[in-house]
Amino acid sequence: MSGAYYEKIARINLSTGEIKVEKLDLELAHKFIGGRGLGTKILYDEGVATVDPLSPENKLIYITGPMTGANAPSTGRYMVVTKSPLTGMIACSNSGGIWGAKLKYAGWDAIIVEGEAPKWTYINIEDDKIELLDAQEYLGMMSEAMDTALKEKHGAEASVLNIGPAGEKKVLMAAIMNDKDRAAGRSGVGAVMGSKKLKAIVVKASRRNLDNIADVDALKAATKRAMDVLMANPVTSSGLRQLGTAILVNIINNVGSLPTRNWQESYFEKAEDISGEALAEKYLVKAGACYRCPIACGRIINVNGHITGGPEYEPLWAYGANCGNNDLNVIDECNMLCNEYGLDAISVPCTIAAAMELYQRGAIKEEDCAGVPLEWGSTKALVEWTKRIGNPETELDWLMSSGSARLCEHYGMPEISMSVKKQEMPAYDARGIQGIGITYATSNRGGCHVRGYMISPEVLGLPQQLDRTATDDKAVWAKTFQDLTAVIDSMGHCLFTSFAMGAQEYTDLLNAATGTNHSVEEVLEIGDRIYNIERMFNKAAGMKPEDDRLPKRLLEEPIANGPSKGMVSQLPLTLPQYYEARGWVNAFPTDETLKKLGLDECVGK
Amino acid sequence: MIEVRLFATLRQGREKSIMLDSKEFPTAKDVLDHLDILPGEVSILLVNGFHKTPEAQLEDGDVVALFPPVGGG
Ligand code: SF4
Repeated sequence: MSGAYYEKIARINLSTGEIKVEKLDLELAHKFIGGRGLGTKILYDEGVATVDPLSPENKLIYITGPMTGANAPSTGRYMVVTKSPLTGMIACSNSGGIWGAKLKYAGWDAIIVEGEAPKWTYINIEDDKIELLDAQEYLGMMSEAMDTALKEKHGAEASVLNIGPAGEKKVLMAAIMNDKDRAAGRSGVGAVMGSKKLKAIVVKASRRNLDNIADVDALKAATKRAMDVLMANPVTSSGLRQLGTAILVNIINNVGSLPTRNWQESYFEKAEDISGEALAEKYLVKAGACYRCPIACGRIINVNGHITGGPEYEPLWAYGANCGNNDLNVIDECNMLCNEYGLDAISVPCTIAAAMELYQRGAIKEEDCAGVPLEWGSTKALVEWTKRIGNPETELDWLMSSGSARLCEHYGMPEISMSVKKQEMPAYDARGIQGIGITYATSNRGGCHVRGYMISPEVLGLPQQLDRTATDDKAVWAKTFQDLTAVIDSMGHCLFTSFAMGAQEYTDLLNAATGTNHSVEEVLEIGDRIYNIERMFNKAAGMKPEDDRLPKRLLEEPIANGPSKGMVSQLPLTLPQYYEARGWVNAFPTDETLKKLGLDECVGK
Repeated sequence: MIEVRLFATLRQGREKSIMLDSKEFPTAKDVLDHLDILPGEVSILLVNGFHKTPEAQLEDGDVVALFPPVGGG
C-alpha cells in the first residue's frame, strides 16, 4: 500500500511530444511530504535553479499532496512549482477548486511539463490516458470562456485549468486559473505556462475518492477530530462562511495597518465602503467552497447581473485603499477582469498603485498614459490599466505588465515599488504589525502573506494574542509559522484550516493517510527542511543576502496617519534573531543546519 | 465622548457606530454591557487601534472597535 500516493508522475516534454510515466520515489515523498516540498526538491535536484524561467529549460510541476482529494477537511488543493519569471527564484502557487483532487483521482501525484510546444497545445488527461491536443482555436480566449468551451468538448465532469490572454503573452504577473475562478495566482506561474505554449490541462477521473489510504479507520478518526476542532472554533465554523476574508478590511484599517495610496498612508478614511460588510450587503449571493471544504470562505457575488467569484480581502485592499479607490463595484469588476485575463489580483493592482505614485511624482506623464491618466482613485484607470496589463501593446503597457519593481526601476525610483524579491507585498503594513515583516522579508517566493501568516496571532488572536508592536518573540513565531505552513501546503490542505487546527491534527491526518509514524516534532522538522530546500534553490538561482529586505519606506518613513502613526518596521532588530532561530548565517543555512535537516546534497553548495 | 464602532455580526440590531459619554463608561466592559454584548461574542476588542481586554479603562476621545470571531488571509 503506497499510502495516499499513487506513486505515478507523468513527465511531458512538449518540445518532442514524449510522455513518460515515472515512479514516485516514496522515500523522498515521505521526506518532503509532497506538493510544495516535493516539487521544490525535484526542481532543485534537476538543476532548474539556474535556467532562464521563460526558456524551454524551465520545468513546470503541477503537484498534489498526499491529502489532496482525501476524505478530510479542505483537501481540494494542488500547487504549481516552477522557477518564477517575476522573482527569478522559487515559485509555488497554491490553488483550490476541484482540479487538484481530480488529477489525483486520475491516479497522478504530479505532472512535470518540460520544453516548449511547436504550436499551442493543451493536455487532456482521462485516468491513465494522457494526450496532447491542438489549442490553436482557443488562442486569445478569456479564461472563463475557455473553461466552458473545453467542458463542452470533454464533458461536464471534466475539470479545466488554463491560462488567459496574460499567460499567452508571458506577462510576468500572469496566473494559472482553474475551475473558473480559482487561481494559482502568484509569482507569474501563468507566464511559464505561456512560454511553453501550453494553454490548458483538462482532467477527467473515474475515481471519486482515494482508494489507497494507508489506514482508513485511523483517517476517519483523525478527520473526526479535525472536524470537531474546526466546528468548535467560531472562525472556521461560521466566521469565514458568513463574511469571507473581506472582513479584514475593517479590522486591519482599525489597527492602522491598511496600506493606502501605495503605502504612503496606513489608514483609509473610506475603508467602510470597500469592506466585507459592504460586500455582503450589496453583492453577496452566497458563500462558496472548494472541494471538501467545510469552511467555505469563498464569495459568490452578482456583478452587474453576472454571477461570479467575488474578491478576497487582498484585491479589495489592493484595488481599493492601495489605489485610493472606494468604489466597490469597480473592485468587483477588476477582480473579475483578473480572473478573465488570468492575472495575479494582488500584484497587478499593486503595480497600478506604484504607477499612480510615479504619476503623482511626475515620473509618468499624462501624455504617456494613452488617454487614461493614472490618478489616485480613478476607476477608469483601474479598469483600463488592468485590461492593458492583461493584454499589453504599448511600451508603457509592457512595462506595467512586468510588475512594480521593474516599472519603478525604469523610472529611477526603485523604492516606490512596495515589493520584496520583486513580488508585491500584500495587505498588511509591516510597520504596524512587526512579525509579518519578518515573514515578508524572508519569504522564499518574495512579498507574500501566506508563507507565515503572522496576522493570526498578532491581530486575530489565534492561537493566542501577541502584541503587534513587540519584537522580542516574533522571530521564533515567524519561523514556526513558516515551517507549519510548508507542511500544510505540502500535504494538500488549505492553510485556512490552521485558524483552528494545530500541528497535532495535521500529524495525525498525515500518518493515517500515508502510513508514516511521524511525531509532531518530526513533522515540523519536515517543514523546516522544505523551507531550507527552497532557500537553497534561491541561493543556486543567485539570491543575495540583501534580497531578504523590506522596502526602505517601511524602515525609514514612519506611518503617516491613523492609530499606528509614527511606527516603523524593526526588521534590522528581528532579522538577526530570525537567522539565529533558523541556523542561518547571512541569509543561508550553514552546513551544520543542512546536515541536521538531512539535506546533505546541499552541503557546500 | 467615546466612539464605539461595531463590525460584522455585532451590527445586527445595532448601529454601526455610537457615541457615548465617557463619564458613564469607565471601562470597555461597561460599553459591552450597555450594548448587550456578551464578552464571548467579541474576539477582537481594540481601543485606539490596540488590543485590550474588557477591563481596559476608557478615556475621553477613545475609539473602541469591536469584532466577532473572524479570520482571513
Ligand atoms: S477555506 Fe476557502 S480557500 Fe480554503 S479550501 Fe475552503 S473555500 Fe477554499
